[in-house]
Amino acid sequence: MTDLPADAANETAGAADEAPDERERLFGELLDDCVHCGFCLPTCPTHVLWGQEMDSPRGRIHLMEQTHTEDVLTEAAVGHFDNCLGCLACVSACPSGVAYDALIEHTRHRVETEYDRPRSERALRGAVFALFPHRNRLRLLRGPLRAYQASGVSSLVRRSGLLDRISPSLAAMDRVAPSLSSPPPALPERVPAVGRARARVGMLVGCVQGAFFPEVNTATARVLALEGCDVVVPRSQGCCGALSGHAGRLEESAGFARRLIEVFERERVDRIVVNSAGCGSSMKHLDRTLAEAGADEAWVRRGRALAERVVDLTEFLVDLGPRAERHPLPLHAAYHDACHLSHGQGVIRQPRALLAGIPGLRVSDLPDKEVCCGSAGVYNLLRPGAAVELGDRKGRDVASTGADVLVSGNPGCSLQIAAAMRRAGSPIAVTHTAQVLDASLRGLPAERLSGRA
Amino acid sequence: MSETATPTRAQADVASLVPRLRRICGEDGVLTDTARRRTYESDGLTHHRTVPGAVVLPTTADQVAAVVRLCAENGVPFVPRGAGTGLSAGALPHAEGVLLVTSRMRRVLEIDVENECAVVEPGVANLDVTRAAAPYGYYYAPDPSSQQVCSVGGNVAENSGGAHCLKYGFTVNHVRGLDIVTPSGEQVSLGGKSPGAHGYDLIGAFVGSEGTLGVATRVTVGLTRSPERTVTLLFAFTSTDAGGQAVGSIISAGVLPSAVEMMDALAIEAAERAVACDYPAGAAAVLVVELDGPAAEVDAQLAEVTRLCAEAGAFETRTASGADERARIWKGRKSAFAAVGRISPAYIVQDGVVPRTALPEVLRRITELSAASGIRVANVFHAGDGNLHPLVLFDDAEPGAGERAEEVSGAILDLCIEHGGSITGEHGVGVDKACKMPRMYGPDDLATFDLFRRALDPDGIANPDKLLPTPRLCGEQPGVRRGPHPLVESGRAEQF
Repeated sequence: MTDLPADAANETAGAADEAPDERERLFGELLDDCVHCGFCLPTCPTHVLWGQEMDSPRGRIHLMEQTHTEDVLTEAAVGHFDNCLGCLACVSACPSGVAYDALIEHTRHRVETEYDRPRSERALRGAVFALFPHRNRLRLLRGPLRAYQASGVSSLVRRSGLLDRISPSLAAMDRVAPSLSSPPPALPERVPAVGRARARVGMLVGCVQGAFFPEVNTATARVLALEGCDVVVPRSQGCCGALSGHAGRLEESAGFARRLIEVFERERVDRIVVNSAGCGSSMKHLDRTLAEAGADEAWVRRGRALAERVVDLTEFLVDLGPRAERHPLPLHAAYHDACHLSHGQGVIRQPRALLAGIPGLRVSDLPDKEVCCGSAGVYNLLRPGAAVELGDRKGRDVASTGADVLVSGNPGCSLQIAAAMRRAGSPIAVTHTAQVLDASLRGLPAERLSGRA
Repeated sequence: MSETATPTRAQADVASLVPRLRRICGEDGVLTDTARRRTYESDGLTHHRTVPGAVVLPTTADQVAAVVRLCAENGVPFVPRGAGTGLSAGALPHAEGVLLVTSRMRRVLEIDVENECAVVEPGVANLDVTRAAAPYGYYYAPDPSSQQVCSVGGNVAENSGGAHCLKYGFTVNHVRGLDIVTPSGEQVSLGGKSPGAHGYDLIGAFVGSEGTLGVATRVTVGLTRSPERTVTLLFAFTSTDAGGQAVGSIISAGVLPSAVEMMDALAIEAAERAVACDYPAGAAAVLVVELDGPAAEVDAQLAEVTRLCAEAGAFETRTASGADERARIWKGRKSAFAAVGRISPAYIVQDGVVPRTALPEVLRRITELSAASGIRVANVFHAGDGNLHPLVLFDDAEPGAGERAEEVSGAILDLCIEHGGSITGEHGVGVDKACKMPRMYGPDDLATFDLFRRALDPDGIANPDKLLPTPRLCGEQPGVRRGPHPLVESGRAEQF
């Protein structure tokens, strides 16, 4: 990647000289934790789809063992590692505490550095990672995307199935593209607390969230301020490195992480509030990512210091306790657990507690709520077929609740589920926990969320 | 193979069947490359490993029948496998055979509320039957600890039990009908939706046959009405003896709880670390007692059980009636097996039965065995019916530790037999205990079993080497593993 800072690559080379063997040894120890009980099978999305061992966490761990002990990466194994959505449902399900998150991260890194992918695949991955971790590039897409949608060509193209024939990945991009209206004004760098300040927090804007759902960020900042927080939104912040990290591009991810660390180190904030599950989950182990990418001890320490301050919006608000008045929202909402909130961060109770605190709001859980919706970072672009199938399953589960709106804590999930519901001909308004709270705190009518007049 | 079950036909090379297997199951329904096949090399009991010759993933009963027929015509062994969670290596693959995996046959075909039964494909997870029946006020009673993943077909093969067998019985008490594919590839229906047919109990024979009589492709199970009230109690004791005594007095008082489970200090420690179940501090044993039924009956039993446990020395009692609270109590117990991974690099889950009255004595002897060998043993068990699950802990990196653990594990089974019990309560015999069968059954018994098996599988291709001891598996001293045979050791003979 051209915009990796030069020093990142140098440091990596220096520190990585002796570390790989040690990292392999630790990897071997982590592998040993698996006792092969199979408790991870039922909530693994690919096992749900295909019902075969190699596409379950237990089977992938077996493949990792083969890779580890025989030091060989077979094409078959790489395919099954790529199939993994990294949703971490298996981490929640595992009674033996297998660190599958660390295992798959290490494995993907190895695949990215050692395995020679076919040219077309390399090109696709290159394009995806040249675009998605860059809010500004994504934002530039908004204009053409809006024109494309407004022209009616979008629905024509979708109906014709033309894109599916040319490129399933392009078709996937088209399917999940959100319907865009004009964005709200950009957030100021400082949003002062309403009333006495209770905390001073930094806020991550996020790439996909920032480009496609700026209104979620606006709502987040407003809710934080209404609850008595001084909010700092550094304009110079970039990608947190999650997307690259989940795909095994650890050097790239570490480069992003370093710049983010520098940006937030300059601000004196108590916590760094994140409203995007994928980013939060990854930022909570920045130190691990840096170490795995071969960064030196000083950077790992700085990463840890930042990681310890990272908190999901809902976790933070529950800990802070409510202060602003909640106005009624007579609405039936279905809550979707974003994998990187529930499995990645163990944040399950907090969003539900916040929603339960809103008068008049009825909240339903989804059936099979542990199973991923298929968005999984950029998985829907890299494995479009599987992603669509999982999206459709999730869409059916959402529809079965009969809810007016779907609430999710992650932009990728919102795009994915909204697309699935459109496909099924039962479009539903998809909103973020922050937007629901914002509507309640400001006393907005429920129709603003449900889109129903 | 000459000393085994005398196959009458020469065995074909499994690789030569692959094109035909692909025609039956489709391109993606047959796995042949080594990396993929290896992921199937063991079930839940990982110290037995064999890479299967080929793996097939059929989606219909017709495909299963066609695969088995092909195997039968060519004398190729087949091994059925469900979710691969078994703990006796019952689904250990055969190196020259076909592994027939039912994980793609996972549709709940029917919930028949009127007849209180469910019809499912064999790959359906046990708990999914309950999930499908719950909206109608029913559930599927047998509940192995792995119920969210283990398959109904696997439950049928192993006659699986679970914590609630004490009151509700094992899988065999709930299966009403079976569609099976026999070892010759014939599709046969046994029983139906109504319980209790006349004549030979073929369902009874098939359930627990561990895949040696064929493959179930469709299972009709009875559903049980969800009880009006369920209460889960947790009692903490300062010794397993006191816990055992409490169990004795509950059963003697004529109370039949749906479950009575005990865990000792080491098992509690593992569960705490894995799922933070928050059991009472300082407990050397906890007893989980569940009562269910009509509200009035449950309330009366609740008072009685609480009194009896207090008399036996319970120092803390917790009572839970809400689903979440009850789940919290169960969480520690249900995760106990896998949780042991937190306190030990490796372990053997043993499964034996003793008469309930012998529990305290056997537990004391296990403690002595453990002390003498330096091998730690955690105990988790269905105390109500004397089904022990000692978890024998060892470090597989330490030379000789595995063998010592095996010895302790074997000695525990000897204890069970010595006290009038059995070598398996619910995990099945599989490969793991096939050689121990002669300790429970005489030569005539085993010969009779073998006659029955061969009536359906004359060529011995259905899950060979499982359930019954074979000379190939167990050497000349069936049932006693005393290291390599002298002939093997001197290089004059081979054992596979």
